Amino acid sequence: MRKISYGQAASEALLEEFRRDEKTIHLATDVPPDLRKEFGEARIRQTPISESSFVGAATGLAGSGFRPIVDIRMATFGFVAMDQFVNQAAKITYMFGGQARFPIVYRMTVGASKSFAAQHSISPYSMYMNVPGLKIILPATPYDVKGLMKTAIRDNNPVICFEHMALETMEGEVPEDEYTIPFGQAVIRREGTDVTVVALAKMVHEVLAIAEEMKQEGISLEVIDPRTLVPMDRETIKASVARTGRLVVVDEACITCGAAAEITALVVEDKRIFRRLKSSPRRVCGLDVPIPYSPPMEQYALPGPEDIKTALREVMA
Amino acid sequence: MKSRMKIEREKLIHLYQVMLTIRRFEERVIIDYQSGAIPGIVHSYIGQEAIATGVCTNLRLDDRIISNHRGHGHCIAKGADLNRMMAEIYGRKTGYCKGKGGSMHIADFGIGMLGANGIVAGGLPIAGGAALAAQLEGGDKVVVLFFGDGATNEGEFHEVLNLASIWKLPLIFACENNLYSVNTHVRYATGLEHVSERATGGYGIPGVVVDGNDVIAVYEETQKAVAGVRAGGGPVFLEFMTYRWRGHYEAPGLPDLRPAEELEAWKRKCPVAGFERVLLDNEIASRQTLEEINGQVMQQIEDAVSYAIASPFPAPEDALEDVYSS
Repeated sequence: MRKISYGQAASEALLEEFRRDEKTIHLATDVPPDLRKEFGEARIRQTPISESSFVGAATGLAGSGFRPIVDIRMATFGFVAMDQFVNQAAKITYMFGGQARFPIVYRMTVGASKSFAAQHSISPYSMYMNVPGLKIILPATPYDVKGLMKTAIRDNNPVICFEHMALETMEGEVPEDEYTIPFGQAVIRREGTDVTVVALAKMVHEVLAIAEEMKQEGISLEVIDPRTLVPMDRETIKASVARTGRLVVVDEACITCGAAAEITALVVEDKRIFRRLKSSPRRVCGLDVPIPYSPPMEQYALPGPEDIKTALREVMA
Repeated sequence: MKSRMKIEREKLIHLYQVMLTIRRFEERVIIDYQSGAIPGIVHSYIGQEAIATGVCTNLRLDDRIISNHRGHGHCIAKGADLNRMMAEIYGRKTGYCKGKGGSMHIADFGIGMLGANGIVAGGLPIAGGAALAAQLEGGDKVVVLFFGDGATNEGEFHEVLNLASIWKLPLIFACENNLYSVNTHVRYATGLEHVSERATGGYGIPGVVVDGNDVIAVYEETQKAVAGVRAGGGPVFLEFMTYRWRGHYEAPGLPDLRPAEELEAWKRKCPVAGFERVLLDNEIASRQTLEEINGQVMQQIEDAVSYAIASPFPAPEDALEDVYSS
């Protein structure tokens, strides 16, 4: 099968969906040249750096029958438009009693490790998980970003697609034939028997990279990538922990109130699974600090292979 | 109030009927709020009726409006069903939003009323998007955005003025300058006498200051604006000078720090009573006709309240529905 990059796969999804549905419209400060060339200035619309206005405009477009895709670029810029996400897009269907649909996709990049310092290194998906009305996807491979993005564009709700910066150039197998990936279906990236490791975004690859080494140590990992955070495939995660009796959740975002905490809670709250636990679950996450600039400090603040290995050994001990 | 009788009689009577409906609706909501029958918060539109009425009477069913927290008048003027409005305010299942929104979130997409909004300036970018949609559709639909003077200090106000200007959006900014954001005077909060200066000076959007208590003036200025926008002339800013008669919202003990004599002076400029005089002086309608209209309006309001009271509350577990669309 052909291999293309994560970034190319996402672009393909947009291109195909823009061909498929003429109600799609793209809003961003940076115009994607291929889309602009094929679909023109009206639909591939350049915006001023004015996040509240164009994030809110997407809601108005969606409520008027269009299907906007908004590229926020870095997730940090999304904070500027927080009222439009939290108070408007997320709640509007509900507040109006379901009388209108708001199909919107927001793309935001997340992640650290590039010495971009605190304002440009953040993974704030759990903040949005706390807002009912939004769907949240977190594709970790080229295959997933294409299939999930296409589903997101066809969904009738506001969907945030968080894309890790470090994955942009990552290559992977993507079929030429059309496919979509339903929301709420986790994928087991590696089967194992001793520890269920739920990993998010770039951390999926970090965990897979040490899986063989851990096997040599006698620790067999079952690696789960939830792929979408809202909805979350609780059943796949719980079924795996029921088998292994151990859970480690690995996420680059700050540990407090993060997605890892939610995943841990959904497992331990289930009495059947709680009784089968052989060890208390562990979270391996970013430290509760704004991401520092200087490489040694930045590396320290983020979960690395040694942190993951230590946690795995602890739950096995 | 000047008499300019270019407008046909039927339209004048319609304007009166809509204004009076808003007035009577709001009076009843206050009574039922004070009795405890209506929960939550309600923001009364009394004193500002001429604006929603004069603006929306120029709109077609397929034109769209976006409203704010003080939105009952906009809904009524755009043609919303009084029964479903009242049921929503009463928190009933038969309300516009099935009881999920209440007074501040009434919407009727079927008549182009894209929603009231509880966040000051929160609806402005949404209106920008609705106007962009109208432009992309290629017809001559217009979008009217209702907001108060208080919204003009929010960043979103400036962002949307800019978008409307650079994209020549078919958007009418209908600013209801009632002089106060809660208790803060617009002169203090903006440093300006007229907030439309921000549109004209900063963003090249033509602005007009209109007597917002004169429904004919509102109607005629909006008529010009709508014609210009439909013809592709880009956005227009209408600043309607007015005054709200009630406190910011209905609540026991909410301090109203505005000067009492100012309120009394504005009450003497009552948009409803003023228009009644115009209709009588110009022999458009007799006292008896106006009283008949009032009787009909009162009956409609009574029916709406009966409908609301007879309607069931939502089941508690209905709270789980409509978080997402299918």
